[in-house]
Amino acid sequence: MAKDLDKRERIVKRIARELRDGFYVNLGIGMPTLVANYVPRGIQVVLQSENGMLGIGPYPLEGQEDPDLINAGKETVTEMPGTSYFSSADSFAMIRGGHIDLSVLGAMEVDEEGNIANWMIPGKMVKGMGGAMDLVASAKRVVVAMEHTTREGKSKILKQCTLPLTGSKVVDTVVTELAYIRVTPTGLVLEEIAPGLSPEDVQKSTAAKLTISPNLKAMEF
Amino acid sequence: MASSDEAVGDIPDGATIMIGGFGLCGIPENLIRALVHKGVKDLNTISNNVGVDGFGMGLLLAAGQIRSHVGSYVGENRLLEQMILENRIDLTLVPQGTFSERIRAGGAGIPAFYTPTGFGTQVAENKETREFDGRLYVMERALKADFALIKAWKGDKSGNLVYRKTARNFNPMMAAAAKVTIAEVENLVEVGELDPDCIHTPSIYVKRILKGELYERRIERRTLTKPA
Repeated sequence: MAKDLDKRERIVKRIARELRDGFYVNLGIGMPTLVANYVPRGIQVVLQSENGMLGIGPYPLEGQEDPDLINAGKETVTEMPGTSYFSSADSFAMIRGGHIDLSVLGAMEVDEEGNIANWMIPGKMVKGMGGAMDLVASAKRVVVAMEHTTREGKSKILKQCTLPLTGSKVVDTVVTELAYIRVTPTGLVLEEIAPGLSPEDVQKSTAAKLTISPNLKAMEF
Repeated sequence: MASSDEAVGDIPDGATIMIGGFGLCGIPENLIRALVHKGVKDLNTISNNVGVDGFGMGLLLAAGQIRSHVGSYVGENRLLEQMILENRIDLTLVPQGTFSERIRAGGAGIPAFYTPTGFGTQVAENKETREFDGRLYVMERALKADFALIKAWKGDKSGNLVYRKTARNFNPMMAAAAKVTIAEVENLVEVGELDPDCIHTPSIYVKRILKGELYERRIERRTLTKPA
């Protein structure tokens, strides 16, 4: 368990370094939400929640939680100065209209073409896509935050997704505890690897083919 | 309207009903209880979520009152997931932005629209697609209902509504997309007491309004910051 926490912390810390001052950002449910804890010093971003809010603040102190103020994960949150509230139709007009700079989501599978699957496992699990299909289709940049392999050790980065897709050719970047991978028209490019690993180590854990970037670097967290 | 029971009194078996709220936030909890109390059957519900086990729309589900459901996320409801896997409910999952826009279109006289959402996925199957300016889109149809049950924070007796924080969500679009919209509010005031510049849903969309009898205002995930 401690090891999983460590993996997730690495992933979200690396993604936080993608934030730029003034970005409007949507963080998905679960691990992506934690990116908010590592916004670099000197940078201000505005967090959008697809249930109708711009300007999500930290979780409330005990006694200050408000049932009318939640994020898309149904967690109690607070508002930042400058917050606005709007309807779900307005919220998704904002998303579909291409106004969100960065969308960070979890995934069950990602593939060489930038396809992503994260909403159902036929016959086993049906949760629904929520706002994920709209976010991946229309955010300016889509970053996937996920562990590199399943609990059984199988690669989640595949030649081709096997589960029903959330979006087709939509992912820009995949960040795992092992690597920072860019999706390009010619396939997946390994840009950064976790300290202490070789590109061969990462490829061994990856079902898809990785091209090694000429500028390959160690990941910084 | 004197009571929630009276407000839902003429909803028949087999009705198509939109129900506002996101998770348990902004749901018409009194009107839902009244539907359970009435025992109306074979409902076709349209709502983003289906409550949780034991509260909100979860009560309708447990009582076997829902025949079909259209929504975007059902992950909080174990009973529903079980019913889906066993094929005991007719469920249609719609991307949330498409869902909200279909309802908005339904109330705005727009029969269909094109969206990039879901292109190349299962949700685009058997739908018309079209290219605009080099990008591919899926055609989606408007959604309408016989009744909409919605919740606002404040309302006046003519039906003007004001929502609070993220409890607004799907309520305003649903108000416009049904033949009969029933609004429950926490505070019911006289006509003229609300600031006309701050009304979110104008009275034209609301046929019946009442002050809800009991607000549990349940929280689904109480997440807290520890004091420093």
